[in-house]
Amino acid sequence: MADTTTAAVPWNPKRAAPGALARLLDNKAFLVFLCLLPAVGLLLVFLTYPLGLGIWLAFTDTHIGRGGVFVGFENFESLWYDNVFWNAVFYTVFYTAVATVLKFGLGLWLALLLNENVPFKSLIRAIILMPWIVPTVLSAIAFWWMFDAQFSIISYVLVDVLGWRTSYIDFLGTPWHARWSLVFANVWRGIPFVAISLLAGLQTISPSLYEAALLDGASSWQRFRKITAPLLAPILSVVLTFSVLFTFTDFQLVYAITRGGPINSTHLMATLAFQRGIPGGQLGEGAAIAVSMIPFLILATLFSYFALSNRKWQQGGSDE
Amino acid sequence: MNRITRRGTMALGAGAMAAASFGARAAIPMGNATAPRQPIENGATLRVLRPTKFVDADETVFRENTAKFTAQTGVQVRVDFAGWEDLRPQTAVAANTGAGPDVVVGWADDPHIYADKLLDMTELATYLGQKYGGWLALPQRFGKKWGTEQWISLPMGGTGAPCVYRISWAKEAGYDSVPTDHDGFLKLCQGMKRNGHPAGFALGNAVGDGNAFCNWLLWSHGGMVVDEAGKVAINSPQTIQSLRYARELYQTFIPGTLSWGDINNNRAYAAGEIGLTQNGVSMYFSLKNDPRTAAIAEDTGMMRMPTGPAGKMAENVLLLNAMVFKHSRFPNASKEYLRFMMEAEQYDPWLTGCGGYWSHPLAAYGESDVWKSDPKLAVYRDTNTVEFWSGYKGPISAASGSVAADYVVVQMYAAAASGQSTPEDAVREAERRARRYYR
Repeated sequence: MADTTTAAVPWNPKRAAPGALARLLDNKAFLVFLCLLPAVGLLLVFLTYPLGLGIWLAFTDTHIGRGGVFVGFENFESLWYDNVFWNAVFYTVFYTAVATVLKFGLGLWLALLLNENVPFKSLIRAIILMPWIVPTVLSAIAFWWMFDAQFSIISYVLVDVLGWRTSYIDFLGTPWHARWSLVFANVWRGIPFVAISLLAGLQTISPSLYEAALLDGASSWQRFRKITAPLLAPILSVVLTFSVLFTFTDFQLVYAITRGGPINSTHLMATLAFQRGIPGGQLGEGAAIAVSMIPFLILATLFSYFALSNRKWQQGGSDE
Repeated sequence: MNRITRRGTMALGAGAMAAASFGARAAIPMGNATAPRQPIENGATLRVLRPTKFVDADETVFRENTAKFTAQTGVQVRVDFAGWEDLRPQTAVAANTGAGPDVVVGWADDPHIYADKLLDMTELATYLGQKYGGWLALPQRFGKKWGTEQWISLPMGGTGAPCVYRISWAKEAGYDSVPTDHDGFLKLCQGMKRNGHPAGFALGNAVGDGNAFCNWLLWSHGGMVVDEAGKVAINSPQTIQSLRYARELYQTFIPGTLSWGDINNNRAYAAGEIGLTQNGVSMYFSLKNDPRTAAIAEDTGMMRMPTGPAGKMAENVLLLNAMVFKHSRFPNASKEYLRFMMEAEQYDPWLTGCGGYWSHPLAAYGESDVWKSDPKLAVYRDTNTVEFWSGYKGPISAASGSVAADYVVVQMYAAAASGQSTPEDAVREAERRARRYYR
């Protein structure tokens, strides 16, 4: 018996050579590629392709219902001499700048108030979110009635109830009234987003910092300036970036309230691009207007990102 | 075109519906004509795309008629209703992909953009013309391929915008009716304004009402956007004169018309804030059918706006224009369907049910009971006799639609009327913008 054991056949496990597929899946680079594929596919199909198509269309004279040919910068050249387009650029920048400043001023103020110990805090917070939750088109229609030339509740109160004015205010019929009215509607709608986001940021600031500052005899302005502001800056930059992007590309409010009127004074680039591209059928020109927004958006993003988030003092240095 | 927003205020009354079901069709005179032989293909089914209803009966009667067609021929028909602003892009997709609906009841210009993709309609149109007293002027313009006698589409109805005004307030200003000349019209508006009843016409970005008012201003003064060859010809003494007139007329308006969309004039009129405007027949019915505003309807008159050169009616009309695509697998069934819908047994109830909202394209329907049911509607009867069209006086093309959608003419008048530009500057700007589309 023993003999037989010593003379045993050498154990020579015949491991099946890994198949081509298994070897492929063992390859880390390939596996990474494979796992990323769904995400990359989604991005390509739903982001890169539409964006690329949009940019391509901007260089063609495509109409709805008829293909186009490459025309180079012809669309942009024509826009360059188009007052309506430059009006839209001006108003888009104005709208974004003014609305953002107001939204941040008021939103920060609101966040600071809410950060104090107020009764019914969570209820108040929920109520404050309302303008943000209501679908934009619904709030736009409400504002449209409030700004109506004949049936405005604001005019009614001022003229018929209080008697402070003798004539109804032409909110949407005069360019500057219309511009400010839309900015107001946008600010009303945008404050909750800013306030709630900043409130979240405020609550991450450790109370011990404030206590230490109090012991050092810091005034409330100094506490805000030296503790709140710097520690809030990172979240501020993110919120600012989002807010600027949303405002710059706004469409619904303007389209539902004025459609860009009176005489194009409230056209945003987005509404003008839609008007020319879809109802007007000039897809190429519409796309060119939309593409013209890209440099502004990149600029705005870079500004809010670098101006606010990359400060040395956040890493303990000093940049003053 | 986005009168869709006014849909909420529209509900045609039971009266109009009742008239639709009881023998109104007996009145339609018919000529001798043999229907073209269009044997329906075996197993045919159809898809029809049309704009969404604006008055309720538009959809209900249209569906009833379609059901009747199915009952008589066994052809299943699916009718899709698209939003007014979505219809044009959807027609474009159908034309480009060669798929989708067999029949599209589209807007006036659309068949001309896709003319080479459509079935010839000459035989069918000739038959309908012979049987029903001939096609009116505007349907002839939009049914035939430009400059030819070949029919490429079947116009089904048009909605116009005559002058709608308060009879008693006009009387108070010294007028028994709306003057047919511009001076008289201005004096009427001035008189009413002095009595606290201003006029109101949309000068904001209102595709329907804005273009209706401003095209009337342009055409009735002898102006045009382009000439016969399609060359931009808006910068003319006639246009300048019409802009000066608009400035005068604007002084008689209620404040705020620069921001008016398609619905504002209806609201202001219903509230008694304005005494005179321009509108389709739908507003009259919505006033009449609401007990709270029935008195206003009673006091409402509807007449032609002042006419253009040589006394021609110069109002803007939005036309429904049906086409059949070559890609349809059932061309005969499609044409038969359209023939069926245009025959008096079906067409008259539809016309009547809509209260004349889609005014008839075939002369014989002028005898329809709908026009006799209420003498005030008479002005809408002749809607399709108008000899002006969007993009007058050039060939029908995609450009006229783009000019309307970009409010080129509306904004020219808005700028000059409000005094923001001189007439000369306003017309130069409009010329520049129009050239962009007509190149």
